[in-house]
Amino acid sequence: MTRKQRLVVIGNGMGGARLVEEIVSRPGGEHYEITVLGAEPYGNYNRILLSGVLAGTYCPEQIFLHPLAWYEQHDVRLCAGQAATRLDWQSHRVQIADGSWEPYDRLVIATGSSPCLPLLLNLVREDGQLIEGAFTFRTLDDCQAILAHSSHARRAAIIGGGLLGLEAASGLVKRGLEVHLIHRAPHLLNLQLDAAGSAVLARLVSEQGVQLHLSKETVAVLGEDRLYGLRFSDGSELACDLCIIATGTRPNTDLSQAAGLAVRRGIVIDDDLACSVPDVFALGECAEHRGQTYGLVAPVWEQARILAERLTDSASQKQYTGSAISTRLKVSGLDLTVMGDKEPASSTDEIVTYAEPTRGIYKKLIVREGRLQGAILLGDLPGSMPAARLVQLFLRGDPLPTNRAELLFPCHAGSKQALSVAELPDDAQICNCNGVSKGAILAAVRAGKRSLQALCEATRAATGCGSCKSQVQELLVLACEGEVAEDPAVHYYVPAIPLTKPELVRVIKERKLRSVSAVFQALADGREDPTSKAGLASLLKTIWGKDYQDERDARFINDRVHANIQKDGTFSVVPRIYGGVTTPEQLRRIADVAEKYRVPLVKITGGQRIDLVGVRKEQLPAIWKDLGMPSGHAYTKAFRTCKTCLGSDFCRYGLGDSTALGIKIERRYQGIEMPHKVKLATAGCPRNCSEATTKDLGAVAIEGGRWEIYVGGAAGSRVRKGDLLCTVATHEEVLLYMGRFMQYYRENAKYQERSYDFVERVGIEHLRRVLVEDAEGICERLDREIQAAVDAYVDPWQREAEQPVTPTQFSQALEAVPVPLGASE
Amino acid sequence: MMKAPLSPGAVCYNLGHISRIPRGEGRTYRLRDRLVAVFRSRSEELFATQADCPHRGGPLADGIIGDGTVICPLHAFKFNLRTGTPLGNSCPSLRTYPVRLDADGNILITVDD
Ligand SMILES: Cc1cc2nc3c(=O)[nH]c(=O)nc-3n(C[C@H](O)[C@H](O)[C@H](O)COP(=O)(O)OP(=O)(O)OC[C@H]3O[C@@H](n4cnc5c(N)ncnc54)[C@H](O)[C@@H]3O)c2cc1C
Ligand code: HEM
Ligand code: SF4
Ligand code: FES
Repeated sequence: MTRKQRLVVIGNGMGGARLVEEIVSRPGGEHYEITVLGAEPYGNYNRILLSGVLAGTYCPEQIFLHPLAWYEQHDVRLCAGQAATRLDWQSHRVQIADGSWEPYDRLVIATGSSPCLPLLLNLVREDGQLIEGAFTFRTLDDCQAILAHSSHARRAAIIGGGLLGLEAASGLVKRGLEVHLIHRAPHLLNLQLDAAGSAVLARLVSEQGVQLHLSKETVAVLGEDRLYGLRFSDGSELACDLCIIATGTRPNTDLSQAAGLAVRRGIVIDDDLACSVPDVFALGECAEHRGQTYGLVAPVWEQARILAERLTDSASQKQYTGSAISTRLKVSGLDLTVMGDKEPASSTDEIVTYAEPTRGIYKKLIVREGRLQGAILLGDLPGSMPAARLVQLFLRGDPLPTNRAELLFPCHAGSKQALSVAELPDDAQICNCNGVSKGAILAAVRAGKRSLQALCEATRAATGCGSCKSQVQELLVLACEGEVAEDPAVHYYVPAIPLTKPELVRVIKERKLRSVSAVFQALADGREDPTSKAGLASLLKTIWGKDYQDERDARFINDRVHANIQKDGTFSVVPRIYGGVTTPEQLRRIADVAEKYRVPLVKITGGQRIDLVGVRKEQLPAIWKDLGMPSGHAYTKAFRTCKTCLGSDFCRYGLGDSTALGIKIERRYQGIEMPHKVKLATAGCPRNCSEATTKDLGAVAIEGGRWEIYVGGAAGSRVRKGDLLCTVATHEEVLLYMGRFMQYYRENAKYQERSYDFVERVGIEHLRRVLVEDAEGICERLDREIQAAVDAYVDPWQREAEQPVTPTQFSQALEAVPVPLGASE
Repeated sequence: MMKAPLSPGAVCYNLGHISRIPRGEGRTYRLRDRLVAVFRSRSEELFATQADCPHRGGPLADGIIGDGTVICPLHAFKFNLRTGTPLGNSCPSLRTYPVRLDADGNILITVDD
C-alpha cells in the first residue's frame, strides 16, 4: 500500500473548507491525509452571513457550515487558531505560528483577503491595533466586537459606501443606532451602479434611516485612546462613538510573496489553479487569475470544485477560465441585484432601461449580440421575472427573448414558461451564495425534503443572500408534481410521534397510556426522543390528572426541583402571594430567609411578588420550609399569578373589587398546568392599572359593577390587546368563564403555544360560540374537568420539602472516592 | 469512542451506588477538582461527560436525556452522550469518560489526571 499523500490547506475560510469538503466527498479523496491551518479559532462559517449576524437576523451559531465535529468525522486535522507563518516550497513544508513545521506533498493556499485600511490620522495605535471604537468587518471576531461595542454606542459612522458598508449601515440601523455613511465618491456603490441607479438607491437607503455623506473624504479619527469622531478633508467633523471601516479589501499574499511565489495583486495562478512553484495551488480571494482577483464567493466555489477534481483525479484536464459574477445587496426591504457591465462598451450594445425613481425602481440591461452582458435591477415589479432568473441568463450566456419587455415586466404564460427554472439543465447553479445546483435541490426533494424550510436546511440553498428562494420554491413545486407537502411535522404535537394533538389525545386515551415511557413504547418503537419528553408529560398530566404516572426524568429541570434555573445553574424562588397582597409577617419571613441563606438578590417581580434569586439547589427544601408559603410556580408552564390593582375598596375610581377577585382567581387556579405559562390580572376600572387587557386572561370592572373578560392579551416580545370574550355580573361568573377558557386552552393548544397565539389561531368568534353560547355542548364537561384539576392540586414545595422524591433530588454535586489502581480491574 | 486501555495517569473513582441517580436522569459528581456529569438512561445505560455545557456552562446533568442525547437546560443545545459530539450546534465536543458498574452496583469512572 502506498503512503497517503499529505495535503495541507492554508486558510479555513469559505474557499479552503469548501475545497476540503469537495475532496473528501469524491472518490480519490481517501488518498489524502488532510491538514487545515486556519488563523481563525473556529470551524468554518458562512462569511457572507456576517451581515445578517450584525443585523440580528442570524445568531453566530447559525452560520456555521462546518463545525469542529465535521472535521473529526471526516478525519481532517484542523489546526484552528494556528496561522501559517512561513512557506518553504523547496523542502515542501510550512511553518506554523507555534514554530513547528508541517510537511506536505501538495499545498493549497486559500488565505482570502483582509480589510484595506485608509490612511487616517489616529486610526492605528502604536501597538498596531485600531483605536478603541473603530472596527473592520471581515471575521466573526470583528462582528462580535462590533456587537459588543454597539450595545453602549449611540452614533455609528461607516466609512465606505460599497456593498459591505451598506450592509453594515443597515445592520446597525436595525440595532437602533444613529448611522452615518461616509463615502468618498459622489455615488454609492460606484463600482456596481451608474449614476442614475445610484441616486435611486441613495434615496432608498436614506429612507431606511441611514444618513448619507457623499463626496466626503475622511482624513482623521478624533480621539486619543478611544474614538469620539471623524474629521473630513473639508475641515468638517462628525461626532460618533463607533466606526466601521469598509473601504475595500486586499488579498492576503504576504506569506506567498515572502516565499518567492509569483504575486501581483493576488497570488498568480494558472488555469489549473497552480502557482508558480511546484505542488502549490491557490484559490479564493487571495488568488489572481488572468489578471483578475475576485471579492465574491461564487468564483471561490467554482475554483474549489475544479481544484478538487484535479487533485482527486490525476487524469482530469478541468480548466478554470474565469467567472462572470453577479451580486445582491443583503439589506432587507431593499432589492438590488447587479451583474456584469454597468455601461455599454460600444454603440452596438443595446441598453434597455426602465426607471420609476419615486417608487424606488431602476432597471437597466446591457445586451450584446442577443445575450445579457450586464444588468442593474433595483426594486421589484410584482409578477415580473425574478432577478435570480436574469442572473442565470447572464451567467449561462443564454439567448434572450426578442421581446425584451419580457425580461422586465410581467408577461403572459407562454414565454414565462420558456424562462422558467424548469427549463434549466440539472447542473445549472441556483444558489450562487452556497454553490447549489438545480440537480442537488431536486435530489433533496426526492429524498423527502418536501417543505421549503427542510429543503433549504438540507441543501443550504437560499441561506445566503436569499435571492434564489423563489426559484427553490419553484423547484420544490415542480419536483413534488404540484403537491408540496407543507412539512407535516409542523402539525405534530411532539417531533417523535407523527400525530397531531387531537389524534394523539385520542390514541393515548384509547390505549390508556399513562406515562411518558408508555407512550414511547407504544407509539415510537421505544425510542425516547428527549425533545418530546416534556411536551408529552404536560399533555399526559392534563389528560389523566390524578391518574397520571409521573416520571421525573420527563420533566424539565425546573419542574424536577420546582424552581427556575438561572444562567449560572442556581435557581430562583418565588413564593405565592395571592393577588399581590401580603402582610408584614409574611414580609418578615421572606426577609429572614433571604438573610439566613445569604440570597444574592431579592427582587420585586412584575407579577407582584418577591423573587429570591441565586439560590443553590440543595438550599431549596430548607428555604421552602422556612418560608412556609406555597410555590408561586414562577418556573413552569402553568397558571402563574394574578396581578391586581387596588380596586373599589381603596381606589377613588374603583368600580369593582379587583383585589378580592384576583385573590379568588389565584387561590382557585394556582399551579394548574397549561400548554404554556398563563399570567392574569384584574382591574377595578377601565383605567386598567394592572394591565389586564394585555394578559393571557384579564378581568376589567366597568360601570354597573360588571366585569369584562379578556383573553389572549400579550405585552412581551409581542404586544396584543386581548379579545373580549364576554361581560358578566359577578366574581363567580368571572371564575367560571376563566376556568372554562383555561380547560379549552389546555385541551386544544399546542405545547408551548401561548394563549395569544392560540386565540389568534382559533379566533375569538369561535371561542365565544364554544365557551359562551355552548355551541358544541361541551361547556359542562370543560367546567367539570377544570374542577378536577383544581381538586388535584397539591403544593409541590411543602410536599417535597418534607419528603424529596429521590434522595438526591436536590443535590448540587455528589462526592466520589478514588479507587486504588488495579482494585477496579 | 472508548478510550484506549488505562493510561499511566488514569485514576478510577467510585461514585457510589447507582441508585443515587434516578432512572432517566443525570447527576453531577465532584472528582477531586473536576466535575463530571453521569447519566443513567431508562434502559440502564451509563454515560459520563464533562459537567459544564461548552456553550455557556449550563449544568448538563440537569438536562433532559433520551435516545443517547442530552439537552442542556439553559439553551437546549444537544450533544451525543456516547461520543460527546454536538448535535446541530457548533460547540466543541464534550469530553466523555468510560464508566461502568461493579458487581455491587457501584458506579466506577476512569479519568486521566
Ligand atoms: C460581511 C461580508 C459580507 C459578504 N457578503 C457577500 C455576498 O453577499 N456575496 C458574496 O458573493 N460574497 C460576499 N462576501 C465575500 C465572501 O465572504 C468572500 O468572497 C469569501 O469568503 C472568500 O473566500 P476565501 O476562502 O477566499 O476567503 P476567506 O473566507 O476570507 O477565508 C480565508 C481564511 O484564511 C485565513 N488565513 C489568512 N491567512 C492565513 C494564514 N497565514 N494561515 C492560516 N489561515 C490564514 C483567514 O483567517 C480566513 O479564515 C462577504 C464578505 C463579508 C466580510
Ligand atoms: C436555540 C436556542 C437558543 C437559545 C434559547 C439561546 C439563548 C441564548 C441566551 C439566553 C444567551 C445569553 C446567555 C447568557 O448570557 O447567559 C445566549 C448567548 C448567545 N447566543 Fe444563544 N441561544 C440559542 C442558540 C443560539 C443560536 C442558534 C444563536 C442564535 C440564535 C445564538 C446566539 C447567541 C449569541 C450571539 C450569544 C451571545 C450574546 C452576547 O454575548 O451578547 N444562540 N443564547
Ligand atoms: S384600574 Fe381603576 S380601580 Fe384599579 S387602581 Fe386603577 S384606577 Fe383604581
Ligand atoms: S449553556 Fe448549554 S446550551 Fe447554553
